[in-house]
Order: sequence, then structure tokens, then C-alpha cells
Amino acid sequence: MSLIDSISLPRSIRLPRVDGLIQWILPLAVIAIWQIACVTGFVPTRVLPAPSDVALAGWKLLLSGELVRNIWVSFWRASVGFLIGGSIGFAFGLANGLSQLSAKLTDTTLQMVRNVPHLALIPLVILWFGIDESAKLFLVALGVFFPIYLNTLHGIRTVDPQLIEMGRIYGMTDGELFRRVIFPGALPSIFVGIRFALGIMWLTLIVAETIAASSGLGYMAMQAREFMLIDVVVLSILIYALLGKLADSASRLLERATLAWHPAFQKR
Amino acid sequence: MQTALRTSLSETELASRSNFAPHARVVREERPVHTSGLPLSIRGLRKSFGDNEVLRGIDLHIPAGQFVAIVGKSGCGKSTLLRLIAGLEKIDAGSISFGQDIQPEDIRVMFQEPRLLPWARVLANVEVGLGRDRASKDAHARAEKALTEVGLADKRDQWPSLLSGGQKQRVALARALVSRPRVLAFDEPLGALDALTRISMQRLLERVWRDQGFTAILVTHDVSEAVALADRVLVIEDGRIAHDVVVNAGRPRQRGSAELAGLEGSILSHLLSADDRT
Repeated sequence: MSLIDSISLPRSIRLPRVDGLIQWILPLAVIAIWQIACVTGFVPTRVLPAPSDVALAGWKLLLSGELVRNIWVSFWRASVGFLIGGSIGFAFGLANGLSQLSAKLTDTTLQMVRNVPHLALIPLVILWFGIDESAKLFLVALGVFFPIYLNTLHGIRTVDPQLIEMGRIYGMTDGELFRRVIFPGALPSIFVGIRFALGIMWLTLIVAETIAASSGLGYMAMQAREFMLIDVVVLSILIYALLGKLADSASRLLERATLAWHPAFQKR
Repeated sequence: MQTALRTSLSETELASRSNFAPHARVVREERPVHTSGLPLSIRGLRKSFGDNEVLRGIDLHIPAGQFVAIVGKSGCGKSTLLRLIAGLEKIDAGSISFGQDIQPEDIRVMFQEPRLLPWARVLANVEVGLGRDRASKDAHARAEKALTEVGLADKRDQWPSLLSGGQKQRVALARALVSRPRVLAFDEPLGALDALTRISMQRLLERVWRDQGFTAILVTHDVSEAVALADRVLVIEDGRIAHDVVVNAGRPRQRGSAELAGLEGSILSHLLSADDRT
């Protein structure tokens, strides 16, 4: 045992640092190749500006304050829409997972609504809300609702019935049973829903902002297109990628913190 | 140690027994006076699931502190009997009485699966067993004591998924013991363990039973386990008690002794002969 320990000890210290870097090798390589392709003239800058030009455009927008303002507006829309849609989806998931009556009452309706692509509602939403903030929030909330609803419901329904029986035998009240058995059991599935929802959140917001908005990243990209500022268009797309990655990392962090018991999170 | 006494049974008990189990040897073993266990009286117990009548009239008396094993082929109703005793299923007809009013904490069940909460650490899992006393100040201390009894005090802060099968089952045992139950029902608790772990778990079960003196009811398909642990082995066939066999070996039991092997053989032949008849 002591021999194995002494061998594996330094490796376990070194590994996380390398792991943190490995995931960035590919994006950095892509940027490097992209830069070389632009500088050598292999790709005309009318088609795709060099990463250095994109960075320069970003720097200018940053100095003017426009970039931060637009990112902030988009971030605000995304998170508020996510919170509204996510809470409603979570509430319906809980209600329909715990109560047969509630499920009979609402599940069929929700499944019908689910099959309407929520982006198809954009014309209707513009008629209802104009190009106001509420239009974007409504669309994001609607898009986020279903993955969270479905996965919360699924999580609660698939909690091991043997554990629930155990909880009842040991005299847990309904509240305790929910807090100590049902909710923790449903949590891994709820997180799957959250990560799906984060993807849909960005998608919805981009489309909504591109079609009807007077601020935000999507608007910034559309404005840049009008003036043929291709570097700003590319910049907006890259920022979306970064924000998406950020949201995903945040949910992973939360997952790691709350699912420490799960075998999948116990390595390392 | 061989102190089993044959005492006379009440007439009703004799009458009800002779109705359905003519071969049963009706014996009551005397247990030490200090037992904390509860006696158990079952009268005319019946249970059906749909059209399937699983228990067809069980009459049984278990003295306080006795270790009873219930064996039988799968589907004979032995697990149902245990679940009825533990209050996990509703009784169709008949009665189960413990001779006094009981608290939920007085009866505990241990299953084939450990049924630990994967998201709670070992100690918190044991505390679940305290029932309504979970919030009390000495909950930690009591849970730790129960963990020590099963030899897992050092695993108190471990996640269950990191324990071996035998360790998980020992945590489940600690959880069942922590409320000092007076009746402990085991539903094939060792069925999923490997042979060596099984034997050490059997020794552990015998030890805690002798220490705490609860009434133990063990459902198992393993006849050698039944004779190694129990004072008395009930053979269930077709929803009835077909044989009631006393095991008069000393404790702690010596595995593999000729005496136990002989008993095991005769119980097995009962089970197999029932097979031949059908």
C-alpha cells in the first residue's frame, strides 16, 4: 500500500492543474490557426476578420462602454427570464411529481404546449408586448420552463420507492420525506434540466434580440451588420460562446457542491 | 446452555395449530429473564394480493426475545408474513398482537438492500433510525454508539457509495438498532452478500441479538443460516406453517457442527419433499 501511495501522490497533485489547461488547448489552437489563415491572406478579412481585429473591436467597444452595457442587458434578460421560467417549471414539476391529481389536471396541457416551438410565438409575442423587455423575458421563461419542468418531474418520479418506504418506516413526516429523501433524490435530474435550460436560454435570447430589440448583444450584432462591421458581428458571437460556457461552468460548480455524495463526483 | 423447556400450550393454541400443521413440533423455549423483546401472538392471519391468497391462516406465538427463522420456497408467503408483522402491509383477516401498546420505534426492519440514503453520510443515515428522536440532543452520541456496535465507528463521515456491500448492511443494522427496538424483523438481510461476509454478518447478528435481547424474526431462503442463528425454524408452505422446528444448539453457535448439519438436512428434506408432492 505504501508503495502505491508514494507513487500516486505526486500524480494526484499534478493532475488537476493539467486538467484545467487541457480543455483550453483546442480553442486556443483554433484561434491561432484562424489568425494565421487571416494574416497570410488565406481567408479574406471581408469573410472573417482576424482574431486580433476582433479583439481590437472589442477593446474599442469596451472603452466606449457600449460592450459592457449590452452584455449587462443580455445577462439581465437571460437570468431574470431563467429565474421566472425555471421557478414555474420547478413548481409544476414538484406539484405533478408529488400529486396524482395535479398531474392529471395539468400534464396533458403542458405536453401539448411543449410541442409548440416557443420561437414560433415570436410574432405573437411582439404583437402582445411590442419589443419591450417583457417580450424577451416571456420568451426566455417559456423556453426554460420545459426542460426544468420535465426533468424535475422525472427526478421526483424516479426516486427509489424502497428509500421512500424506508423513510416512512422510520417515521418521517411528509415534509421530512421530501426534504431528506425525495428532493435530494431528484436533484441529479433537476441539474440535467438546468443545464438543458441554460442552452435554451441563450438560444432564445439571441433570436429574440436579433429580431426585436433596441439593446443587448443580439441587437449589437444586428446593428454591426447594418454597418458592415464584421469584426463586431464575430465579437458578439464569441461573447455568446463565452457566456454560454460561463453559465455551464456555474451550474457544474453548483452540481459539484450539492452532489458531493454522488459516485460520479467522488473521483479526485 | 440447552435450556429449551417444553411447556404446555393453552388449549386454543394447540387446537388452532393442530388444524393446519399436524407435523409441527410445538415447543416454547425459555429465554433469559432480562430480555427487552416483545412477545408476538398471531391469530388466523390471512393476506391476499388480488386473487392470490398468500397467507392462508397463520397462528403463531413467539415468546419475548426468541430468535425465529422463517424458511420456505420463494413465493410461499414468508416475506409477506414479515411485512405484516412489521406493519408494512394491511392485514386482511386475523390479528397480530405484541401483548401491549407499542411505539413505532419498537419495531424495526432490515431488508436485503441496505436502503441507505446515498446523499447522507454514514452517521446521518444511522440517525434516521432514531425516528421521532432524530432531533434530540443525544442523537449524535446514540448513532455513534450504534455504529461502534457494528464496528464501523471510523466510517461515520463516509458516503455510503464508498462502502462495501457488507459495510452498507452493517450501517443498515446500526440504523435498525439505534432506537433500541424490541422486535427486529430481517427480510433476507444477507441475501446479497458473498459467502465470507455472510458468515461474519451472521456472527454479528447473533452477537447483537444476545447483547440486546430483542425478539428477532429472520426470513431467509438459506436453511443453514436459519439453523445457525435461530432458536426455532418455521417452514412455510402454501401460506401455512408446515413445520415448527426447535434448534437446541448452544450459543454462540458452532458453524458446521454435526448437530446443526443434521437439522439442516432434515429441514431441507421437508422443503424438497413438498416439492416432490406437487
